Amino acid sequence: MLIGKQSDIRPAEITPESVYRQRRRFLQQAGFATGGLLLASGCTADEDELELRRLAVSRGSPFSTDEEPNAFEDIISYNNFYEFGLGKRDPARLSGKFHPRPWTVTVDGEAERTGTFDLDDFIRGQPIEERVYRLRCVEAWSMVVPWNGIPLAALLKPFKPTSRAKYVAFETVMRPEEMPGQRRGLLDFPYVEGLTIAEAMHPLTILALGIYGVELPNQNGAPLRLVVPWKYGFKSIKSIVRISFTEQQPPTTWSLAAPREYGFYANVNPEVDHPRWSQARERRIGGGLFNEKIPTRMFNGYAEQVASLYAGMDLRKNF
Amino acid sequence: MPAWTCARISRRPVTVPAVRRLQLIGKPLLFVAATAPLAWLAWRTAGHAGGLGANPVETLQDELGTWALRLLLATLAITPLRRLLGWNRLAQFRRMLGLFAFGYAALHFLNYLWLDQFFDLAAIVEDITERPFITVGFAALLSMLPLALTSTNGWRRRLGRRWQQLHRLVYPVAILACWHFWWQVKKDVTEPLVYAAILALLLGARLWRRPAARATS
Repeated sequence: MLIGKQSDIRPAEITPESVYRQRRRFLQQAGFATGGLLLASGCTADEDELELRRLAVSRGSPFSTDEEPNAFEDIISYNNFYEFGLGKRDPARLSGKFHPRPWTVTVDGEAERTGTFDLDDFIRGQPIEERVYRLRCVEAWSMVVPWNGIPLAALLKPFKPTSRAKYVAFETVMRPEEMPGQRRGLLDFPYVEGLTIAEAMHPLTILALGIYGVELPNQNGAPLRLVVPWKYGFKSIKSIVRISFTEQQPPTTWSLAAPREYGFYANVNPEVDHPRWSQARERRIGGGLFNEKIPTRMFNGYAEQVASLYAGMDLRKNF
Repeated sequence: MPAWTCARISRRPVTVPAVRRLQLIGKPLLFVAATAPLAWLAWRTAGHAGGLGANPVETLQDELGTWALRLLLATLAITPLRRLLGWNRLAQFRRMLGLFAFGYAALHFLNYLWLDQFFDLAAIVEDITERPFITVGFAALLSMLPLALTSTNGWRRRLGRRWQQLHRLVYPVAILACWHFWWQVKKDVTEPLVYAAILALLLGARLWRRPAARATS
């Protein structure tokens, strides 16, 4: 159970209750709801209802921001997930046929132990933490998301990467029959991403399984996605099926699609503009019509933790 | 190309009641139809019908811009349609459509100035001078301004032949508007491509008709 003693409940701990209310309202608006089903048991009853299982989550990570998290409804209705479509609402609208379970993750490449694992085995024994992170999209909007996940380092270390493992490559599932954006070929799928081994092992980097104490909805990258909070959102690859340790820098989908606009590192940087728009400020989602943009921070406000990873690097060149 | 004033149309062998009926019903109908997208946006802004979503400023920006482009193309469709159908009375709707296109474009720009940039002059100047897709969109809007201002009968009389020449600006405006949309999208250009194809068709129809028009005049 998630909620602790009545006396010391933080706002983020109360939220899972309201998540269900918001979700029900969201579904009613979208015209799906059939009644009080969503308040029923907390276990998956009907996939079409998008009911989400609760996760056992430990809170209070020192890496969490105390900024107010975005509403669950905003987080699940405003997504970039081109596997389902280009529009921000497409992933919520068009991901109903996607089946995040059963799920396997393949680990291969430069490691002593490799193989294909059922997701439950892959994460077994690892406590799921709440990490309230800022998320900065390359499109100059941002959110604050209470992720539930596991530090990537904790999941990768048991595979004993060799000294030749300089990078970690990630791959999204390829299921055109369930993902209309893949059928339309909106990008060169499967989506691939990568990190340096130091970035992958950094304690801020997590693999998320949930938000707000419930498992990830399909549109947010179910059942397993990367979260790298100091990088633009597109680095945080969704619905991961393969993790590979590599010696060479792996290809990444957006840098292949538009090499002038998107680089391998994609660190949030207010001083390096996108060729077509400024990155100096961002719109924080959830403020309604009259919220002014806020200044974007170096490394999305995580400079203290990650700047040393890039010491001596020309961030204008390595954007 | 002659100016299709009502006076000219009424000299044609068309029954007067039909023309009157069209004027009495057609223009108000068009006015309501062209106002409807704005009313729908206002309704959603007030929180109805699912609202404007998680990023309302972006929704307004996209919707207002798209409707400006649609109405601009509708304005440009009048002449080819009129020729194709031989339905000259369509010409009387062109000015209203053009003014609505300008109106939506102006609101699109106002939304950018106000809700997107909060009148941050430095940021706006930087955008217009350094971001090509914004430069192009701004040029399109600026070029529409003299067309909107000289759209009255009075200005049309005063400018005479030059009115016609001035209003040919609508062609580069439409090209700039499509270009603005094209450069704005992140990856998939299907939607801008559809608008550009329609524009190409509408401009092509004019080129294609020109020799024939000359032959008959």
